[in-house]
Amino acid sequence: MTKCAIFDTRSEKIISRATILTKHNLALASENVLKEACKNISIAPMNVFYVASTGYGRYQAPMRRIQITDITCHAMGAKFLFPTTKNILDVGAQNAKAIRIDENGRVMKFKMNDKCASGAGSFLERVAKGLELQLEEIGSLSLHSKDPQPISSICAVLAESEVINLVTSGYPVEDILMGTHLSISDRIVAQLRQVGIDGEITLTGGITRNAGMVKALETKLGKKLNVNENSEYAGAIGACVLVNKRLKKTNLN
Amino acid sequence: MLVAGVDVGSTQTKAIILNENSEIVARGIVNTGANVVKAAEKAFQTARSTAKLEEWDVSYTVGTGYGRYKVLFGDAQITEISCHARGASFLFPNTKTILDIGGQDTKGIRINEKGEVIDFCMNDKCAAGTGRFLAAAADVMGITLDELGDVALQSNNPLRITNVCTVFVETEIMNHLSKGKKGEDILAGVHQSIAARSVSLLRRVGLEQEITFTGGVSKNRGMIKSLEEKLGLHINVNDDSQFIGAIGAALFALERAKSHHDGHLHQQEKFISAKELAI
Repeated sequence: MTKCAIFDTRSEKIISRATILTKHNLALASENVLKEACKNISIAPMNVFYVASTGYGRYQAPMRRIQITDITCHAMGAKFLFPTTKNILDVGAQNAKAIRIDENGRVMKFKMNDKCASGAGSFLERVAKGLELQLEEIGSLSLHSKDPQPISSICAVLAESEVINLVTSGYPVEDILMGTHLSISDRIVAQLRQVGIDGEITLTGGITRNAGMVKALETKLGKKLNVNENSEYAGAIGACVLVNKRLKKTNLN
Repeated sequence: MLVAGVDVGSTQTKAIILNENSEIVARGIVNTGANVVKAAEKAFQTARSTAKLEEWDVSYTVGTGYGRYKVLFGDAQITEISCHARGASFLFPNTKTILDIGGQDTKGIRINEKGEVIDFCMNDKCAAGTGRFLAAAADVMGITLDELGDVALQSNNPLRITNVCTVFVETEIMNHLSKGKKGEDILAGVHQSIAARSVSLLRRVGLEQEITFTGGVSKNRGMIKSLEEKLGLHINVNDDSQFIGAIGAALFALERAKSHHDGHLHQQEKFISAKELAI
């Protein structure tokens, strides 16, 4: 997904957001998402003073004036949304990142898995496909589980077959789904422990829309996570916050 | 006397019937699907019907493969590693190293001159380097698994596939396609990537000539070529390579049936009691 947030530097607030499917053409996706966000508040994209891009396709956004790594942006975005956060977990479709920040929002340590889908959103996509369900529905379905069935395969591709076998063996879908969420959570939590867990943890990325995944992570961590309706936009919001800082600095000079 | 070997793989189930001279009388192959018990029965039945045989004509059956315990009509179960070793040294007596690439796992096996396993190495944790990796590539490209190898052989300029994870390779292939790269070049890259992973698995068990290639992926000519290029060596493959596990199982069955000299009688009794149970 490509996400966009528009930030008003006077009120220091997010005034519009939009999200669209990325697909093949990354440049087009970035243009369309900006248009969409502008449309929401009835302004023209050319009226946006400064655009910063982030994420894996950040060099493809043609209207950008600067590009910033997603790790810095997620850290800043999470800090903006939850000012006392110390850890950030960003789980997207293709990678999972665990980040630890200091009280100023600076990144102290991070750990990323981008080699394998075992701890990323794609794992869920595969399982959903195996069960012939939509990605959007699996989170809420899994919340009905009473006896979660863990998935032993680490590989997303092999998990798809394992899930089909579990269905044919008669296990309820909600138990398979919660088991899946818990199994992925194990791997993500291990990654978070490597950077050190220190106080509040903020979850960002597309995974925040999945209530089952949030619950599974909270179960494994034994504590609540910071999540709200802006969490998915944390990267884009962080980019805004960093631009705002930069503009303030240049104005002062 | 006739014996059978049934190799229940993750993707396909193979059955072989041998006579007492260790000659192949019949072959059967079916897709495994979700019902493993049924797949084993169906493969066995397919083999029997090609040779017009009844269940009681077969004296002893050995099940192998990941679903070997689902061969409910089998007399014994033997791991696929032993069966591949036995089968490979039967078809190619000078075999020292076996590469078995199946639907869900890849194995490197080193054997002695008697066909006994000395060492083996297996990847069953991840789909990278297995048949599933190829299936995923075929899926994205919209071609069948059978065409895959031949398409790859047409390439003059193989692309490098950088991802290891099958899920991410799907995305990588889509990106290549959207940039207008040629299908054969992408697929040649996919084959090379699997070949590289397979060769490093073989190096871990120790590479010694001759090398025999088994499993469903051994049907893929593009894969054979990529492996031979990577190894710089010839590898043994023939039309029965996919059946090597089942052949090995049938050879074990023959050995056991011969050691029971009342093998046939025993089987008949067993059939009757099974039939009675069904009533």
